[in-house]
Amino acid sequence: MSPRHSGAPLESTTPVSTTPKPAGTQASPAPGESRVGTLPPLPTWNPFSLWYSDGWTVTKRNLIKIKRSPDMLVFAVIQPIMFVLLFSQVYGGAIAVQGSDYTQFLMAGIFAQTVVFGATFSGAAMALDLKEGIIDRFRSLPMNASAVLVGRTNGDLVLNTISMIIMMATGLAVGWRVNTSPAEFLAGVGLLLLFGYAFSWVMALLGMSVKSPEVINNASFLILFPLTFVSNAFVPSETLPTALRVFAEWNPVSSLVQAVRQLFGNLGTAPVPDIWTMQNPILTVLIGITVMLLVFVPLCIRKFASISSR
Amino acid sequence: MIIEAQGLTKTYQSKSGPVHALAGLDLQVPRGTVKALLGPNGAGKTTVVKMLTTLIRPDAGTAVIDGIDVVLHPKAVRRIIGVSGQYAAVDENLTGLENLEMVGRLYHLGGPAARQRAKELIDLFELTAAGNRPVKGFSGGMRRRIDLAGALVINPKVLFLDEPTTGLDPRSRIALWDVIKHLVADGTTVLLTTQYLEEADQLADDIVVIDDGRVIAEGTSDQLKAQIGGHRVVVALVDAADGGTAREILARHGSGEPSVSTDGRGVEVAVTDGPTALQNMLSDLRAAQVNLHDAGMRRPTLDDVFLKLTGHKADLNATNEDDAGGPTLSKRAQAKQDQARAAHASPADLEKAK
Repeated sequence: MSPRHSGAPLESTTPVSTTPKPAGTQASPAPGESRVGTLPPLPTWNPFSLWYSDGWTVTKRNLIKIKRSPDMLVFAVIQPIMFVLLFSQVYGGAIAVQGSDYTQFLMAGIFAQTVVFGATFSGAAMALDLKEGIIDRFRSLPMNASAVLVGRTNGDLVLNTISMIIMMATGLAVGWRVNTSPAEFLAGVGLLLLFGYAFSWVMALLGMSVKSPEVINNASFLILFPLTFVSNAFVPSETLPTALRVFAEWNPVSSLVQAVRQLFGNLGTAPVPDIWTMQNPILTVLIGITVMLLVFVPLCIRKFASISSR
Repeated sequence: MIIEAQGLTKTYQSKSGPVHALAGLDLQVPRGTVKALLGPNGAGKTTVVKMLTTLIRPDAGTAVIDGIDVVLHPKAVRRIIGVSGQYAAVDENLTGLENLEMVGRLYHLGGPAARQRAKELIDLFELTAAGNRPVKGFSGGMRRRIDLAGALVINPKVLFLDEPTTGLDPRSRIALWDVIKHLVADGTTVLLTTQYLEEADQLADDIVVIDDGRVIAEGTSDQLKAQIGGHRVVVALVDAADGGTAREILARHGSGEPSVSTDGRGVEVAVTDGPTALQNMLSDLRAAQVNLHDAGMRRPTLDDVFLKLTGHKADLNATNEDDAGGPTLSKRAQAKQDQARAAHASPADLEKAK
C-alpha cells in the first residue's frame, strides 16, 4: 500500500484546499509538467540591482523590527537622553575642562559612545537570527551573500541616526552649542554615523562567532566599556595615569571624539596632545573607518557563507 | 533521479574527539517521489539536508540536485529548492504576509509578484485572518505553516522538510501531514526527515533508515516491515509469575525468541503463520492455566524494523536533534549498551514509541 493513498480523507478538515499555483511572473509551465517556477526572471536584473534589492529587502525587515519592538526604540531614545543628563548634571560641576564647560566637552563623547554601543545591535541580532534558524532560511535562498549583513548594519545606522537626533535635542536643551558652519557640523555627524556603521560590521562578526545570543552582550560590554571609557570621551586624556593615557590617545574612539569636537567647535582652549592621531583626528578616523570596513566586511561575508544554526 | 548523492561525509571536531556525523552516505531520490530519512537523534538526518540545501559543505562525496552540483553551484541549486527546517525560520516581528513577501523578493520574483504570491500562500494555508498579524502571536502550528509556505514560494522542484512536525501537538501534526500530502499529490519531489516512524509511514513512498551517518536500510514501508517477518503475537498476562510458562509456550509456536516486557507481564513473539500460531498458543496457555488480560496479533511497526536493524530502539524522547553533539553520542552509546534490555522491550513500550 502506498502511504500516499493511505486511509484518512484529505478533504474537509485540511488546511489546504487546493494545490499551490505557480507565481504569476514565472514562465508558464511546460505541458504535462505540473511543477513550475524554477528559474526566476533573472534577465531583468543586473548584479548591482540584485545586490541593492536584496540589501534593501533585508533592511526593510530590520526597520519593521525597530518599529515593532518598543524596547529597542526605548533603548535607542531613552539611553542617550539619560546619558546626556546624567553626565552633564552629575559630573558637570566636578570635572573642569580648560577653556570650555563640561557640557560642551561632553557631548562629542556621548555621541561617540552611543554610536559605538549602537553597533551591538548588529552583533546581538546576528546571534539571535542564527539561533532561530532564520539565517538558514536566508542562506537557502538565491540571494546576495552580503545582503543580510548589509540589511543588518543599515538597521543600526537608522537606529543610530534616531539616537543622534534625540541626543542633540537633549544636548541643546542643557546648553550644548555647535560653534561651526553647517558643513562642518554635517561632516561631524557623518563621521559619527560612518564610524558606528563600520563598527557594526565588527560586532556582526562577533555575533556570528559566539555560541549563543546571551554571550554577545557580555562579550560586547567587555570590548565597549574599555573602548569608550578609556578615552577622551568623558575626561581629558591628560588626566589619566600613563598607561591608560597612552591607550586613550591611540584609541580610535578618542580620535573620533577629538574629530567631532573639532568639527562642532567644542574643543575649548586645552592643548591637543602631541600625538599624530590627536593632531590629525579626522584623517585618523577616516583611516580607521576604511580599515574596519576593508577588514571586517570580507571577513563577515566569508563567515556568513559558512554559518548555520547550531 | 532528481537527487543523487554519493559518499557524503562530514566529521565534526568535538572535545571528545572527531564525531562522524555522516560516514559515506548515498542517497537517490527519483523525480516526483517522497523519500523519508528516518533515524534517531544524531543519526545525521539534518546534516544530509543541510548539505543538499547548500548550507554546509561535505568533507567528501558529491551531491547533485536536478543535475546541478550543490558544492560547485550552490546559487543555482537555491533557485530550484524550497527548505523548511526544524525550527520555524520566520521573523517574529514581521507578519505572515511580510515574511512570505520577503522570501519572494529574495527569490527575485520582484515586488508585485512576491506580494501576490505571499497572499496566495496565506490563503492556501488558511492563515488569511492572521496574515496581517506579527508572527510573534502565532501558535506553533501556524508558525510551521508559514515556514512551510516560505519553502513553497517558488514552487520548488525539490522540497526539503527537516522534521516538519517536531514539537507540534498531535492535532497540528495531522493537519500539517494533510498539507504535505496535498503537495506531494501534485508531484513535487520531497525529501523529508523525521524521527517519527508513523510520519514516514504516512507521507513517504520510500524510506531510508539511517543511523550513525550511514544508510542501514532502504525500501518501502511494507518492504521494511517484511524484513522482520510477518505478524507478531502479543499477550498480556494477569500475573507476572506466569511469565516463564507463557514465554515457553510462545517460543514453541513462534519463530524466534520471544521478548518479555520489563514488568514481566507482556510477552511477544514473531510468528510465521499468524492465525494458527495464535490459536495454538491460546489453547496451550489455557491448558497451562495462564490467565490473560489481552492477546492478539499485530503487524510489525517500523519500531520493530528499527530495533531489528540497529539493535536499539529509535530514540524518541528528545524533541530536538543534535547531529554533531557529544551528549547525543554518549546517549546513543548508552542506548547500545542497553541493547539487551531494549531487545526485551514490552509491546506496550513499542506501541508507546509509536
